[in-house]
Amino acid sequence: MPEITLIEGVNLALKEKMAENENVVVLGQDVGLDGGIFRATIGLIEEFGADRVIDTPLAEAGIIGMAVGMAMNGLIPIPEMQFSGFSYTAFHQIENHVARYHWRTRGQIPMPMVIRMPYGAGVRAFELHSESREAYWAHTPGLKVVIPSTPRKARALLRAAIEHPDPVVFYEPKAIYRAFRENVSDEPETMEIGKAEVVREGRHITMIAYGAMMPRTLEAARMLADEGIEAEVIDLMTVSPLDEETIIESVRRTGRALVVHEAPRSFGPAAEIIARLNDKIFFELEAPVARVTGYDMPPPFFAREQWFLPSPTRIADEARETLKL
Amino acid sequence: MPRRIIERPRGIEYLSILDEKGRVDKKLEPDIPEETLKAIHRLMVFARLFDERTLQLQRQGRIGTFAPIKGQEAAQVASVLRLREQDWFVPSFRETAAQIHRGLTPQDVWLFYAGYREGVRVPEHDLPLCVPVGSQCQHAVGIAYASKLKKRDEVTMVFHGDGATSEGDFHEAMNFAGVFHLPVVFVCQNNQWAISLPRERQTASKTIAQKAIAYGFGGIQVDGNDPLAVWVAAGEAVERARSESEPTLIECVTYRLAVHTTADDPKRYRSDEEVKEWEKKDPIPRFEKYLKAKGVMSDKDFAAVREEIREELKTAWKETEQVIRELEATRPDVIFDAIHAETPPELAEQRAYFLRRLEREGGRHA
Repeated sequence: MPEITLIEGVNLALKEKMAENENVVVLGQDVGLDGGIFRATIGLIEEFGADRVIDTPLAEAGIIGMAVGMAMNGLIPIPEMQFSGFSYTAFHQIENHVARYHWRTRGQIPMPMVIRMPYGAGVRAFELHSESREAYWAHTPGLKVVIPSTPRKARALLRAAIEHPDPVVFYEPKAIYRAFRENVSDEPETMEIGKAEVVREGRHITMIAYGAMMPRTLEAARMLADEGIEAEVIDLMTVSPLDEETIIESVRRTGRALVVHEAPRSFGPAAEIIARLNDKIFFELEAPVARVTGYDMPPPFFAREQWFLPSPTRIADEARETLKL
Repeated sequence: MPRRIIERPRGIEYLSILDEKGRVDKKLEPDIPEETLKAIHRLMVFARLFDERTLQLQRQGRIGTFAPIKGQEAAQVASVLRLREQDWFVPSFRETAAQIHRGLTPQDVWLFYAGYREGVRVPEHDLPLCVPVGSQCQHAVGIAYASKLKKRDEVTMVFHGDGATSEGDFHEAMNFAGVFHLPVVFVCQNNQWAISLPRERQTASKTIAQKAIAYGFGGIQVDGNDPLAVWVAAGEAVERARSESEPTLIECVTYRLAVHTTADDPKRYRSDEEVKEWEKKDPIPRFEKYLKAKGVMSDKDFAAVREEIREELKTAWKETEQVIRELEATRPDVIFDAIHAETPPELAEQRAYFLRRLEREGGRHA
């Protein structure tokens, strides 16, 4: 298999799963003829037809609501929200039904579904096209939240999400959709949901990130390495449920941790990770766990969005601060 | 007991006065003062040239993604010109011409598309551009309710597209407008395409105008590329809102001649032939034929108007570049401005942290 981009990884997983299982359907705005505005669904309509690759009218709540019904009646729907910022219109269907049907019916009506949405700032888009609100979905009991950070992971995690029995919010880091390429296997690869990965080993501090913040965090780790600081880097991959085991095992060794996300700081995913570390290994920590995040504001209009996003410099600085303690 | 028809919905009218060849239906022709005819013309041409210039700026990387209005000038110009200053104007995101009429400057629009919140200047009784499709319709209803409650002589005109008519927000707004008998005019710019989705896949109803019937008020479909038809329909709707406090839905049948936004490639979903067919229905040439036949303006006048607008835009961009330089020199903690009326303590703390970092990094991105 040639090297592919992250968006091509998404496309590949969709193609593979649609070919493997005729119950898998894709629906959303511009997903058919246009191939998706980011081209995530390109080629699907030609291969699987307009009945399974469904161009819907413009209605996010309608798309999710219809997917709920499809899941009830034997299909595995993969609805696309064109931008995560547009999913707010569908919030009530996701919160009220996608996340609760399994619970409401004591498992009699499961909700196998993957809600795909590109998220995040850094693409010079206008308002509501740069949102990072994974905490909403992680806060909703009944949902899983998966965020890939590389082409290979996008393919393998999306495959896993489609096979997963519960509804998964698949949050795609659009800022790195085409940022780099990666080799993927010819054989279908699937990664486990709920598992994080140590992507760089180190002994001084554990840096935890996911999605579009991964390249920046790894860059910070390289900057620190030049100074002799060995940072371990964890790619969460699944934000909810958290892979406590991998996080705790690492932080136990390093004694220090820092969490990075571009979502606003207050009540963000970092707060949850820090709480878990305090719960489980408080007395093994050498310093308070740091967080490097977006600020408590909507992503700024794009001329100033880079001032909002955690930069490698800022991440490295905060790591150094933690190491001083 | 019997099965019988209990309601025969009112019909849906179609209105066209000036056709694409420039022929006028004399019986329907409105009596528009010469100065107003010239104003309609100037604003349509302004919008077209502004669009072209903005597209150039986008291609040169001076501004970001931009939603052109090319082809839809008549639908928004001839309708918004029916509003008085005290009336409310509620745009979606493709109403640059109407926004400019209501008091935005090219500079405001360019700053917005160049990614500065400073470009969101809101003239009184206007709302800014609205990104979530159709959501502004509900705000128009609330504004109209307040006008009615306070017995203010105000009409609210809200713009949306064919795509918005699939959103729940649109239907909820229409329903509220009908239930509360509100002085609101819904102007649908049916430009045939919601990105790649054609109008016939957006709704199975024959017209968009007929959706008003279900909500208990009137709808009309007009040739949206005919400024005279739009002028007449909008005038009637505004008058109905003002004197009877009743809403109206106007469906302007028009066409998006350009891209959805500059990030879009329409060749993937529609044919060049279709676009060429609609280019023949362009509102500007037909209106110029009309003005010439009426003796209101000549070719020389048209050229002079274009020249004047081009000069105006040239100066405006020069000034905008200067403003952008100033904004770039502004301390970037302006991103913390005006998020709340009362800033929460943690946000003040975040701003202080931001400023400490800024100082440490010597003003660089960090």
